[in-house]
Amino acid sequence: MTAQAGSAAACGLVACGDCALVSRPASAAAAGHCPRCGAALAWRQPRSLQRTWALLVAAAVLYVPANVLPVLVTDTLVSSQSDTIMSGVVLLYTTGSWPLALIVLVASVMIPLGKLAALAYVLVTVQRGSAANARERTRLTRTVEFIGRWSMLDVFVDTFVVALVQLSPLMSVAPGPGVVWFMAVVVLTMLAARSFDPRLIWDAAAAREDRDGRPR
Amino acid sequence: MDSVACRCCDLLQRVPPLPRGGKARCVRCGQLLATRPADPLDAPLALTIAAAIAFAVANATPMLRLSAEGREAQTTLPGGALAMWQAGSELTALAVAFCAVVAPACHLALLLAVLLAVRRPPAPPWVGVAMRWLERVRPWAMTEVLLLGVLVALTKIAQLASVAPGPGLFALLAVVLLVPAIATTFDADLVWRRIAWADARAQVRA
Ligand SMILES: [Zn+2]
Ligand SMILES: [Zn+2]
Repeated sequence: MTAQAGSAAACGLVACGDCALVSRPASAAAAGHCPRCGAALAWRQPRSLQRTWALLVAAAVLYVPANVLPVLVTDTLVSSQSDTIMSGVVLLYTTGSWPLALIVLVASVMIPLGKLAALAYVLVTVQRGSAANARERTRLTRTVEFIGRWSMLDVFVDTFVVALVQLSPLMSVAPGPGVVWFMAVVVLTMLAARSFDPRLIWDAAAAREDRDGRPR
Repeated sequence: MDSVACRCCDLLQRVPPLPRGGKARCVRCGQLLATRPADPLDAPLALTIAAAIAFAVANATPMLRLSAEGREAQTTLPGGALAMWQAGSELTALAVAFCAVVAPACHLALLLAVLLAVRRPPAPPWVGVAMRWLERVRPWAMTEVLLLGVLVALTKIAQLASVAPGPGLFALLAVVLLVPAIATTFDADLVWRRIAWADARAQVRA
């Protein structure tokens, strides 16, 4: 591993992932445990890139059934209607509440897609050893981690609609098969964002600058 | 003055003594490195107790009430997850129960335990374990997302039947306002400094 000049790793120091204490491990091979809180120390999150890729690919695969299958099934005396995430947004829009339609569109469609794209972009640039825009890419991973939870919105909406609209035979709403896949996509992308170690961005940038022989 | 390593870019840097209410950011990537809240022990404790009470009310009282053609229905927060389970979506029910009830409850309970335990330093090492779980559970405590979800559900159902917010919704709103206030008054570095080290000899050397 090539660590960025000025980084803790380049000075033989490692920060505890739990309590943030900076300590000097006895051996470089095995970082051991944090003297303050006893947590296992690691120079970088172990197998961060593989784990993040695995979770990301799983999320991308499950994104298909999450959007194709209905999330809500509404039964009335005369009809039965199935709604997917997207048709739910359209329904909200056509019934006159466009601000809510926009909120659900952003939380359920744009944030999951944005997360998949942003994490894939950062992973590819790290693996290609890119040195450009390290600060922006670090900020991007922080944003992905911060906004990821908002995708859970539609799952909560569906839960409360199902819980409340139980007036059979007049009208009743049941969860569709899509909701569990959608929930899985949200959980997997959140885990993917957390398993990515942004320090790898800076390590890759340092390795590139070493190779190119530029002073750092 | 201690050295800190930025958790986003690993840059080793020294944080100057901060004024009250001050913040320090990483010079290279902008990540927040340290804060110095004005009242880091009493203020978060008071806010956490208030949030815990509000969260208990949010779970125990109806979130939404519905009436249509002479029939009434209502649901609480745990009742929502239960309805999802009974409707056959068990995994979703578990996820909702965890993110809406279990994780926020654990978050507040751990905060309460930590803040009470560190009032008299040195706090025993189990407080460090509580701090570790606090950080692990926090991303899954989604009260603010939940609140927006309940509001969207309310608007959706309002097109089918007449629906009204219950006291639980207002209690949830209080939790959503209190949790960020706890976060800004809480100083994790200060708490860690008040916990006895796992390796007592290393603490003497440090
Ligand atoms: Zn530690
Ligand atoms: Zn940094």
